[in-house]
Amino acid sequence: MSRALHAEWTKQRTVAGPAWLLLATIALTVALSVIVTLATTYASSAAAQDLPRLSLTGVYLGQAIVAILAVMTITDEYSSRMIQITLCAIPARPTMLAAKAAIVTALVLVAGTVAVLGCMLAGRLILPAGGFTAAHGYAPVSLGDGATLRAAFGSVLYLALIGLLSLGIGTAVRDSAVAIGLVLGLLYLFPIVAHLVGSQHLERHLEQIGPMTAGLAIQATTNLRALPIAPWAGLGVLAAWAAASLLAGGVLLKLRNA
Amino acid sequence: MTTATAPYRSSLPVGRDSFGQLLHAEWTKFRTVRGWVITAFAAALLIVLFAYLGTFAHHDGGICVGPNPATGTCRSFSHPSPPLGPGGEPVADTYYSVSRTLVGNGTITVRVSSLTGLVQGGNGHSASVADMAGAPGRVQPWAKAGLIVSAGSKLGSAYAAVMLTGTHGVRLQYDYTDDIAGPRASATAPRWLRLTRSGRTLKGYESADGSSWTMVGTATLPALPTKVQAGMFVTSPPSAQAQPLAGGAGSQATGASATFGQPALAGGWSPGAPGGWTARDVGDTHVIPTVSSVGSTPSGSGFAITGSGDLGPSVGVGDTDKNALTGVFIGLIVLIVLGAMFITGEYRRGLIQTTFTATPRRGRVLIAKAIVIAAVAFVVGAAASAISIPLGNHILQHNGNYVYPTSTLTELRLILGTGLLVALVAVLALAVGTALRRGAGAVTAVIALIILPYLLAFASALPAGASEWLLRITPAAAFAVQQTVSQYHQVSWVYTPSDGYYPLSPAVGLAVLGAYTLAALLIANRVLRTRDA
Repeated sequence: MSRALHAEWTKQRTVAGPAWLLLATIALTVALSVIVTLATTYASSAAAQDLPRLSLTGVYLGQAIVAILAVMTITDEYSSRMIQITLCAIPARPTMLAAKAAIVTALVLVAGTVAVLGCMLAGRLILPAGGFTAAHGYAPVSLGDGATLRAAFGSVLYLALIGLLSLGIGTAVRDSAVAIGLVLGLLYLFPIVAHLVGSQHLERHLEQIGPMTAGLAIQATTNLRALPIAPWAGLGVLAAWAAASLLAGGVLLKLRNA
Repeated sequence: MTTATAPYRSSLPVGRDSFGQLLHAEWTKFRTVRGWVITAFAAALLIVLFAYLGTFAHHDGGICVGPNPATGTCRSFSHPSPPLGPGGEPVADTYYSVSRTLVGNGTITVRVSSLTGLVQGGNGHSASVADMAGAPGRVQPWAKAGLIVSAGSKLGSAYAAVMLTGTHGVRLQYDYTDDIAGPRASATAPRWLRLTRSGRTLKGYESADGSSWTMVGTATLPALPTKVQAGMFVTSPPSAQAQPLAGGAGSQATGASATFGQPALAGGWSPGAPGGWTARDVGDTHVIPTVSSVGSTPSGSGFAITGSGDLGPSVGVGDTDKNALTGVFIGLIVLIVLGAMFITGEYRRGLIQTTFTATPRRGRVLIAKAIVIAAVAFVVGAAASAISIPLGNHILQHNGNYVYPTSTLTELRLILGTGLLVALVAVLALAVGTALRRGAGAVTAVIALIILPYLLAFASALPAGASEWLLRITPAAAFAVQQTVSQYHQVSWVYTPSDGYYPLSPAVGLAVLGAYTLAALLIANRVLRTRDA
């Protein structure tokens, strides 16, 4: 296993792609959060705002880049036929997939932590200027607050789980474009369809089982009762999706010719 | 002794490749990959399937029409089905009037004072008798009290009215959609109003003191009969609030009370009932939320009238075609993958070298590919929405929901517009795929450009202003092509994208996407020519 890990680490380290994608994850996540926090002012918001959640909006975009990184980890090997060499070196296919999963998780945890800290910093610096001050009943965004810490830490875990979900789908599909289409479809279409079905009962159920809608419940710090699913339970739903996709990918990897 | 054999010469005529041949080659490449053809059909099927999934469970809340005195919960709900106005559009025609018959020409003048508001208590799901009656509250900005000339008692009849409003001053409104602003006036200070009927022309006047008059405007009603109903009216529209968690808007019934002086009449007024005036609760209270405490009582020599409802275009009570088009989002993602792979697949398999050997002018290859993928996507989008829209609307109506009527022309625009939308997005994916040469990057970029802004615009906690900008400057502006309902400045409503109101018009929205696609094609063309294949 340690040799497999070392091999996967070398693959990620020695090509430019992963490093650029990790930088892009950080840059785009923080950029979207900055734009959203700049655009939201106390005067323009009709209802009470959940500031930590608002500051973490960038994760909506950052997860797409994490998905590319994770999908490419395996689909690139198929398109360049590298997979045959990889499997000659490590014939135990589950070990190979586990090593890839471990490396992807480690990389996303590091990049995700930087991105989330950037988002929190943006929220802390920008939101008070938009009128979200103590005078209006808003405390500055701070990791010292228990719920905010959970939202930030949970967002990092969320990104790591998105990486695992994408890796599983990439392993099952073997084509990068199709895999990324599936991942982003799974993430983005659940909330859109849930919103359009027009039945509150069905909408709530769809939001409880959608990987993104359930997983991002971890970002909520206020009005937790109105959430379709509790924060940690929501992250659990996403973890189940990730486990199922890795399992499906692993089984197909074992059964199929490379 | 050797015999010299002539070298092989093709019998095909020598000539340059025509664009038609290139187009044929690209079409053959698409047609003969079975997976791609199946995927295109699957995209169409998914759009139709989600037209069913997006509508079968849909129930709008309806309006509470029967309070339960014992439990305080609403006993029965009504699904509104508004009448149609003279122009064929759904209208709200619900108010309280005190009127008499006018034959031929005539003038009515009255003093209006103290316009005050009523607000219904509870909410649509729990309302007691007292809640339904309404309690004193803020007067609505578009609460209306004034003089009206109406063609008849049929709902949706032609009318013209001069009125004092809650905060929008004196207005002359006619035939539900037309609104002329008069001078600003306070709802508390007395105001004199005058309405003059001469043939089919109606003129509205107003005065602050009853002696010096200014004309507010002139209305011409083509279908006005000789015998009309004319008199005083009061109404107050439901107040709309944004519901950030549920999305869209909710409404609460309101009422308004106004005190009228004794009306001064001139012209062909009929004597009518004893006392001359008939008090009527006009309109269907199942069409728009209303308070139940409406009526008219004598007040001095005049009347104190309380009314509820609205007189104007109907907004926010029905469903639009957006539910039937839920599947377009799924179809889009499939076609984005298809569009990107149409070029990145060639790079991955090395076919691109053969393609460029056969057609060294690379820009032409890009154009041929764009035409083929655009045609495929257009057919998928237009055909699938042509089936989805009637299917989805049928299911919605079958479940008792009210769907806004749309003209055949609008349906056609919706079908062709959806086709154009998916065609432009597929070409955008092709262009981005050409520039990046990577399927994953291209698919992500295009999805992040068109689906993510739409998602952020309503599913996140963004304020309305930021959401509107997202739907103006990103390719998601093109979803405006699905708008079938109109916004009216004279109706206060929360016009949100999730209710089917977009900040741009359908044509401009599509043009924004078109500009992105064109820019991507130009960049792709430049990159293609300056780079090794």
